[in-house]
Amino acid sequence: MEAKLTFKEYNENLKQGRLSGLKCSSCGEVSAQPRLICAKCGGSQLEALELKGSGAIQTFTVNYVAAEGRESEIPYIVAIVELDEGPWVMGNIGGLKPEEAGMDIMGRKVRMDGTAVFAGDRYSSGEIARPVFRLL
Amino acid sequence: MRKVVIAGAGMTRFTGKQPRTAIELFGDAASEAINECGIQPRQVQALFMGNFMGDFEEGQAHIQAFTADYLGLAGIPANRYENACASASAAIRDAFIWVASGQYDIVLAGGAECATKMGTPLATRTFAMASDSRYEYAAGVTFPGVFAMLAHLYARRYNIPLETLKNQLYQVSINSHYYGARNPRAQFQKELTLEDARKSPVVASPLQLADCCPFTDGAAVLVIASEDAARKLTKKPVLIAGVGQASAGNLLSQKEFLPRIRSRELAAEQSYKMSGLGPKDIGVVELHDCFSIAALIALEGLGFFPYGTSGRAVEKGETKIGGKIALNPSGGLKAKGHPVGATGAAQAFEIVRQLRGECGERQVEGVKVGMTDTLGGDGGTLCNMILRCGW
Repeated sequence: MEAKLTFKEYNENLKQGRLSGLKCSSCGEVSAQPRLICAKCGGSQLEALELKGSGAIQTFTVNYVAAEGRESEIPYIVAIVELDEGPWVMGNIGGLKPEEAGMDIMGRKVRMDGTAVFAGDRYSSGEIARPVFRLL
Repeated sequence: MRKVVIAGAGMTRFTGKQPRTAIELFGDAASEAINECGIQPRQVQALFMGNFMGDFEEGQAHIQAFTADYLGLAGIPANRYENACASASAAIRDAFIWVASGQYDIVLAGGAECATKMGTPLATRTFAMASDSRYEYAAGVTFPGVFAMLAHLYARRYNIPLETLKNQLYQVSINSHYYGARNPRAQFQKELTLEDARKSPVVASPLQLADCCPFTDGAAVLVIASEDAARKLTKKPVLIAGVGQASAGNLLSQKEFLPRIRSRELAAEQSYKMSGLGPKDIGVVELHDCFSIAALIALEGLGFFPYGTSGRAVEKGETKIGGKIALNPSGGLKAKGHPVGATGAAQAFEIVRQLRGECGERQVEGVKVGMTDTLGGDGGTLCNMILRCGW
């Protein structure tokens, strides 16, 4: 067992617009988050790869009540996207007014169009990036 | 494995902001549980205490040691359980295992929380710590947001128009408040009208305030004892017939199963197998309705209704007392309140009282078997328990 992708690497890559993941050499399952062992088959031979950043929206919400420190961000859309390679990732949807987001966006194709960075607060361990998707 | 029972149960009234500490609230609930079965504090051999956020609420980590001291428990081992909303349930399950193994005869298990001491912005922030800080919170998701996404997914997966689902969800909350209004220990002892539910502000679409449980202060504690030890303590021992616990990664890791919660189904399988019982045997359930949609998902995951149909069952009255399964007669997390680290013990408290026939106008008549179900985080921890009359 050896970590082929650390969170630091994942996060730094994402800040630069690259979404990284891992592919299981045994079963081919792709993960979009660092892990030691394949969640599907338990295999320990994982190889890092870059994900294309395209996929389809699985679900979403428009958030109107902010957590402490994120008041200036509301309202915003949080969405889960299934990437073409298989894994699910969470990010935001850009280029769409939050109040216009309805269930019709579920299933829509999207592509990653940059990233946004949570600057961190006194509880977190620094900046953390997330993908921002745009409807195709 | 020895048989294990709940010999005593105590619970504070659940409230909004109040002046006392979590240790004091735990002390009140423990006193009720201890007095009920007539033991002395010094007979307790271990303390298992759920507490989610004492660090942020009162600047108090390591609360279990000070709680044991406050209660005069004389140097016994004391452990804190942090399993998000399932903290107390995990504590009770471990108490069960330790007593079943023969290591202890009498253990205190429960939980306490003073969530309202944080205020809504900090509470929203700290509750979100129970989702994944790396891949979920970075995107700005809060707990209402997690369940809001599950609500949209549920509507789409089961092909239910959102408007129809919304009406079913209002009914879930209206039912919870109906029972909360009849529970003298509930935080909200008043009914909710459809009009008020509809008018409540959107928190995270499609969920409104009427879909969300409140922040709550409170505590609940059980005396867990071996069947032999309990013979001297109570005429109505409540048998812990089955327990289950499972874990899962963040929502993204649960992709194949959502909106079903895989950890729930794994835990329920354990509980049913250990007890030799199934969903048809359960007369009353206290399950994790932190948000209205969570109740529908839980009803299905525990096997009470087929997937995608529990909203319709709620509308038809099948989850009321006298229906197919009595759902959350305590008022649930929605109306009774949700002091996170105490919730699992409060669910068990209600089932104990129901089995003993002590619930007054919200009594499920003649009920012999009940179940609790507690979900931590976005399914990261799931504990459930099947309790039955041991007399």
